Amino acid sequence: MDSFLYILALAGIKLGIVFTLVLLAAAALVYLERRIAGIIQDRLGPNRTGPFGLLQPFADVTKLLMKEDIVPEAANKKIHGIAPIITLGVAFVVYAVIPFGDYILINGEKIYMGLATAPDINIGILFILAMTSVGIYGITLAGWSSNNKYSLIGGLRSAAQMVSYEIAMGLALVGVVMLTGSFGLSDIVRHQDGWLWNIFTQPLGFIIFLTASFAEMNRTPFDLPEADAELVGGYNTEYSGMKFGMFFLAEYANMATSSAIIALVYLGGWTLPVPAETLGLEDGSVLLGLAQFVTFIVKIFAMTIFIIWVRWSIPRFRYDQLMHLGWKILLPLGLINLVLTAVGIKIFA
Amino acid sequence: MLTDFGIILLFLIISVLFVGAGLVTAALLRPSRPNPVKNSTYECGEHPWGGSWVRFNPRFYVIALVFLVFDVELVLLFPWAVVFKDLGWFAFLAMLVFFAVLVVGLAYDWAKGYLEWDKPSPQTPKLEDLVLPKKIFHKQQKDS
Amino acid sequence: MTLEIISFVVFALLAIASALLVITAKHPVVSAMSMIFHFFMLAGLYLTLSAQFIAVMQVMVYAGAIMVLVVFAIMLLNLGDEGKLRSGFNFRKLVAWFLGGALAVQIAVLLSNGALSNTAISEKASELGTAQVIGGELFTNYIYPIEIVGILLFAAIVGAIYMAKKNLPTEE
Repeated sequence: MDSFLYILALAGIKLGIVFTLVLLAAAALVYLERRIAGIIQDRLGPNRTGPFGLLQPFADVTKLLMKEDIVPEAANKKIHGIAPIITLGVAFVVYAVIPFGDYILINGEKIYMGLATAPDINIGILFILAMTSVGIYGITLAGWSSNNKYSLIGGLRSAAQMVSYEIAMGLALVGVVMLTGSFGLSDIVRHQDGWLWNIFTQPLGFIIFLTASFAEMNRTPFDLPEADAELVGGYNTEYSGMKFGMFFLAEYANMATSSAIIALVYLGGWTLPVPAETLGLEDGSVLLGLAQFVTFIVKIFAMTIFIIWVRWSIPRFRYDQLMHLGWKILLPLGLINLVLTAVGIKIFA
Repeated sequence: MLTDFGIILLFLIISVLFVGAGLVTAALLRPSRPNPVKNSTYECGEHPWGGSWVRFNPRFYVIALVFLVFDVELVLLFPWAVVFKDLGWFAFLAMLVFFAVLVVGLAYDWAKGYLEWDKPSPQTPKLEDLVLPKKIFHKQQKDS
Repeated sequence: MTLEIISFVVFALLAIASALLVITAKHPVVSAMSMIFHFFMLAGLYLTLSAQFIAVMQVMVYAGAIMVLVVFAIMLLNLGDEGKLRSGFNFRKLVAWFLGGALAVQIAVLLSNGALSNTAISEKASELGTAQVIGGELFTNYIYPIEIVGILLFAAIVGAIYMAKKNLPTEE
């Protein structure tokens, strides 16, 4: 049973499912963003392509595929082409450590609902942090290689902003790791079973992490790298056609990732609201796996809707305010949270 | 364990291939009609003024420096956090000392003003600065 | 076992190739990118040794933080192609050749002594590579070195700020 082919086949199936999920989520988010923006601004939003405009994202992709790809004469063409690949590749690879549920027993064999979420990989959170820090290069190189002033400023802003908030993000996560005693995302979720969500035990950490997530995603109120009022389009000013589409897709994939991580780390992940025994679901059964999966997806969507809501409600920060918030407010708060958590664990445990 | 990381690598390769496939499909479908004006650098419709590969504000560099130091401290905090529950009071106090040093470092940066970013100083126009002569201004006020 | 050897060979070859690209590439940004790739390959090598924590730290600190600094330096200074710089650093070349030669001799001596012949991975390796074990060791047996590292990092902050001070425009 443990043959190489079996492992490969299982990995292939999982890869296919996760990949489809990510793409579907990105498409759904593009649609949701436009509809919710429409509702918030008291207009309809896209509603002509297919029923309720549901086919809008696919129409968008077709349009982007047909668009001419314009690369400025002055740009560094090789790096200009590589940058979107880096951005999207990093946005995808984070999903490798995200568990979509616990495990399913098939023929007495545990199959974990995630690509690399088996218990012997217990660096899930660190992997995500490492990938976020590598994701900086995509946008920075895009901005630099375009040889456009707006792009350069956008790229540098993005990099400085992401590194500034990464420290606060990491500090918030340290608090959770202290409670759980593991970096594995599955372990963190299991630790929150029975409504012991980390949002209740780590409220300060949650706020820090949420704010930092917005900054890492480069979304409003921290969308300084692409602030259209001052930088035209920021790092993607000189991108068009499918290359722009890749950045666009990466933005929504990142949004889904961030929501998934927040749901996993602070909102109980795939733990069911009621114990599985009450529902009469066996441990390891396919139905229980499905129930966990649905719970997780619902939490992700709740989170993404919140993120979209924030984008259309809150104005943009100024860059000095952003740096002030990152270094002088969130970082000290993260340190305070850490000390409080440490003292709390020492006293109560 | 290695197989699990192999799956991550496989996933990375497949996603890069997917992106590549998307770009190639686009290359086959899209028109290509370049012209010098279209291919010039965008600068709000004006002729671009010089390149953008010039020396830039070193403040970004300072931020990256400070980040590097804090990142290393963060990396040391992680293995501590993961075994925190099993450690005694001694390790806890020792880590508090480590922590205090970190805070002093932050305070130093703060006090020296290296976490400061340039703030805009907006000038609110006053009545005296108005371009319109006062007489016309007051007349306008009266009329409206 | 075979999987480990195959992945070791692949990672090692790619690591050497990217390292060569770092020093031969004309453009500094290409050099920096191959260096990032090189750090990833090193992380892969750590994984073949079952050291998953070190592997992720490698990516996070080297590829994610140190290279940000390097990329910033390249982008903010914009020295342009290396070809434009004067290539008359003969003294540096001499030192580089000397150090490289010393390293080559060291490796040759180690190989001839058979010090590197025992390449079998210990059974315990996969346990030792986890963060739990590293943390347990660091904060019990190696607590004083950690404190010293803390002070060293503080010195690094102060030093970095002092070095950068010259470049910053003074306030008002």
